[in-house]
Amino acid sequence: MQSIPLLKFHQPESVFAWQRGKTISAQRFLTDVIALAERLPARSYVLNLCNDRYRFMVGFSAAMLRSQISLLPPSHTSDLVNRLAQQYADLYCLSDAAHDHGSLQTMSYPDLSDVNLLHAPMPEIPAAQVAALVFTSGSTGNPMPHEKTWGALSQDVIAEASRLGILNRGDLTLLGTVPPQHMYGFESTALIAMQGGVILHAAKPFFPADIGASLNEIRGPRALITTPVHLRALLTSNTDLPALELIVCATAPLSRELALQAIVRFGAPLQEIYGFTEAGQIASRETAVSDEWRTFDGLSLHQKDGTTYVSGGHIVDELPLGDITELLSDTTFLLHGRTADLINIAGKRTSLASLNHHLTTIDGVHDGVFFMPDEQQGNTARLAAFVVAPELDAREILKALRLRVDPVFLPRPIHKVATLPRNSTGKLPRTSLDKLLQQCKRG
Amino acid sequence: MNTNTDIDQSGFEQELAQHIISALNLDISPAEIDPVAPLYGDEGLGIDSIDVLEISLVVTKQYGVQLRSDDGNNAKIFASLRNLANHIQQNRTK
Repeated sequence: MQSIPLLKFHQPESVFAWQRGKTISAQRFLTDVIALAERLPARSYVLNLCNDRYRFMVGFSAAMLRSQISLLPPSHTSDLVNRLAQQYADLYCLSDAAHDHGSLQTMSYPDLSDVNLLHAPMPEIPAAQVAALVFTSGSTGNPMPHEKTWGALSQDVIAEASRLGILNRGDLTLLGTVPPQHMYGFESTALIAMQGGVILHAAKPFFPADIGASLNEIRGPRALITTPVHLRALLTSNTDLPALELIVCATAPLSRELALQAIVRFGAPLQEIYGFTEAGQIASRETAVSDEWRTFDGLSLHQKDGTTYVSGGHIVDELPLGDITELLSDTTFLLHGRTADLINIAGKRTSLASLNHHLTTIDGVHDGVFFMPDEQQGNTARLAAFVVAPELDAREILKALRLRVDPVFLPRPIHKVATLPRNSTGKLPRTSLDKLLQQCKRG
Repeated sequence: MNTNTDIDQSGFEQELAQHIISALNLDISPAEIDPVAPLYGDEGLGIDSIDVLEISLVVTKQYGVQLRSDDGNNAKIFASLRNLANHIQQNRTK
């Protein structure tokens, strides 16, 4: 059976990570992985909530050595964690902060600083081993798992690193503003370091000043892996950044204007990445110069009955794209907005179907629907919701939703209405909801 | 909506509340923000992480205060309008 080394390019003494201003060698990483693997409980599934990206990757790697599967759910609300705990009976949580997840057994990330450097051979992991389950929000509130094998993950991030021109760039450090617990951050800030031979930055900066400080605490060339929300914040805040070699952006459509501003301001090329949970990253474009997306090498697209599918490369069975796609060739395409009901805000994904399910199952809600208004220039689009609930006020509805839905998806505002404009087949056409929104805004 | 009128907002809190409301596009008046209620979470304003980023931009632009997440006081700073206002007044450069 084919197997793939944990670190593909790093030599034992080469720098694998920066953590709080200090470098960590590949050998130290390997030592920490082996030491942590020995300490993990004998279980099958782990929810890795480590905030520090280095610790997250040590946890992920140690779990693989023990044939444990890491779960990456779309959010960590208590409702969702409880559902996962029921579905995956021996699930435990690995954490480097005080998390309270009720019924879930939690292992604190141990202090491994006393463990002597090991001179162990590089572990090889079977390519077919399931390394992670990544979840999309199912329409019934139960998240849908998608298996990610170690081989597919490795192949995907190697294709990504090649496209970005950074494969085996052992001097380049990648700083991510997105958490490694979601697919984009998992692949483009964490796995890419292990398999693409670049350096991982352990920090997860949030405010513009944090991003500047995290970039300044390292030496050598730097790349910033980020989202339109963070890019806009950086540009608005006038934060000074050290020279960047590359900016990578994903999760929501980036406007050409914002891309150009970022390039001018930070003096680095910007590549936008396109992907979705089921497939991982599949294509990129240089947003400032072209609308055209190009699939990673080895991947191709085809259309069948109006749906676009991607296949090849790391993808075993063809997968449908959830977006309206115009194919220019079998490897180049344009995106014309979301077909389905996928919602992506600040790197977190869910579906309208799932949100609507949560909304309409609240006691006292007779009918309700979430609505994503069209993008407004310069502003992060927020969801709105229309709710028929004569006995509840907006505050009570929000409170009930908060228990079930990640905060970034909470509707702003909630419009209470007498009825929803359902057509004769019970559907809610987008144009009707748009009209309703305008009416509500006018009061 | 919160109608707590026992605790009055200071002039500066009112000004900050107005900035927050326009940055976040909230459908309330400044007086409706209870100065000692939590900004985060189930009660009070119930803002989330994107909102915090938006607020940080306003705070930097208006008062020259750069917020940092490794500031150990962060939870405290965002605990209420009053705490945020105090933090800004102690650190403002304009």
